[in-house]
Amino acid sequence: MPSLQRLLRHPWVLGILGILAVLLLWWITTASGSVNKLFLPSPQAVWQAGQRQWGSGLLLKDALASIQRVFIGFAMSAGLALPVGITMGTSPVICRLLEPLMGLIRYMPAPAFIPLLIIYFGLDELPKVLLIFIGTFFFNTLMIMDAVKFVPRELVETARTLGGRTLPILLKVVAPFIAPQVLDTYRINMASAWNLVIVAELVAATEGLGKRISLAQRFLRTDEIFMGLIVIGLIGLLIDLGFRALMRRACAWAN
Amino acid sequence: MHLQIADVSKSFGYGARTKEVLRQVSFAVNSGEFVALVGSSGSGKSTVLRLIAGLERPSAGSIRMDGRPLSAPGSDRGMVFQKYSLYPWLTAAQNVAFGMELQGRPRAEIRERTGYFLEVVGLADAARRLPRELSGGMQQRVAIARALAAEPQVLLLDEPFGALDIQIRESMQEFLHNLWRRTGLTALLITHDLEEALLLAGTVHILAPAPGRIVRSVTVDLDRSSLAHLRVSRPFLDLREELAQCLRGLEPALVA
Repeated sequence: MPSLQRLLRHPWVLGILGILAVLLLWWITTASGSVNKLFLPSPQAVWQAGQRQWGSGLLLKDALASIQRVFIGFAMSAGLALPVGITMGTSPVICRLLEPLMGLIRYMPAPAFIPLLIIYFGLDELPKVLLIFIGTFFFNTLMIMDAVKFVPRELVETARTLGGRTLPILLKVVAPFIAPQVLDTYRINMASAWNLVIVAELVAATEGLGKRISLAQRFLRTDEIFMGLIVIGLIGLLIDLGFRALMRRACAWAN
Repeated sequence: MHLQIADVSKSFGYGARTKEVLRQVSFAVNSGEFVALVGSSGSGKSTVLRLIAGLERPSAGSIRMDGRPLSAPGSDRGMVFQKYSLYPWLTAAQNVAFGMELQGRPRAEIRERTGYFLEVVGLADAARRLPRELSGGMQQRVAIARALAAEPQVLLLDEPFGALDIQIRESMQEFLHNLWRRTGLTALLITHDLEEALLLAGTVHILAPAPGRIVRSVTVDLDRSSLAHLRVSRPFLDLREELAQCLRGLEPALVA
């Protein structure tokens, strides 16, 4: 079966097979009636729950609320981490000053800041956005710093012997060299941002995918919980693929 | 152009950990000359080049170009490294243009000079290729074109062919020799390869290791009309053998 072999070699086929296999297993388990529907709703029930929430506009509203929080919080984190990380990567003095501090804060679990953030800023958007910022900024910064430290010395020194000064070298040598790693850093830490927004919404929110899940729990609507989980996963996957596509296009030289 | 290295010493580290890398090195390079420094690893030969390039500061002594002391890197001294010599995200042409862009030259001039120098190194066809699509020898030729395009007074070559295999090395030596003859550039070559130094340079300085110092300087006055013949000619081989013995005598591990 050469055509099947060729099909299997396509990079996506096996991955899709894996997902389909789990879906099938799920469907068989629920169809056989061996598990209480309250614990494990059927795929059809979850799909219907999704359709209901989509029809009422609730799903879109929740998703947009969560996405907006993630993007604002992560944009602040990514935007600030870039200059700070580059500065730490290029200046040994600033690195020695900040690295221990950041290394320490990085290991404080971001969700543990929620009580403080609520005391300081109440229950509005700000504490949720700040939680995402706290949870990703230090990782972003330290990973960008590492990327800068791995810029080959020769590339910088060549630019210096060609008459380059500090700022042009940062913009024309360091920035393009670290671009692939920076995008990859953002892609990885975006996953944490996405985790944190759900955590924040579970604790205190009026809308958002996390909020919907915690409401569903109160009414024992496991179908809605499953639906929420799947939507969260799908949005995260899309963001991940988006970053990968961006990297392929913008940093073709590094592939 | 007169480049004068006078009694230059260099140490790294402080206190008890001080490591003396160079001791009272003196030599000169004049316009149109091709000078080579030969030494084993640990002879501080790369440090000499880095000092001249302004990437390091001497602990003692002075480095002057036309009487003016050199302290910082500048485009009057072009450098070609052994590895990571090209910017991997730029095409060959963009790499050549890179230095001229840093210098803020007008666009039309950059385009014209880029084409010209790619032509000079025989890579006009490779202008739009990325470094990873070029062979090691082609990459080094692009690096040399980039350095030349910035109009340096002296070209500093830090083991430029050290990472290439032997056949490509030989053709690159031919290339560099022809380039020197055609363009009249001034070059200072660092190498551990005695043959390479004798083939290319009119003056060869031998560096002894730990600490690096010049122990012998020879003027190589041989017929260079054909490097292939020169490589196997009697006077060349005699001179090479004599200097090789001198170099061997400097290796502490081999004496013991």
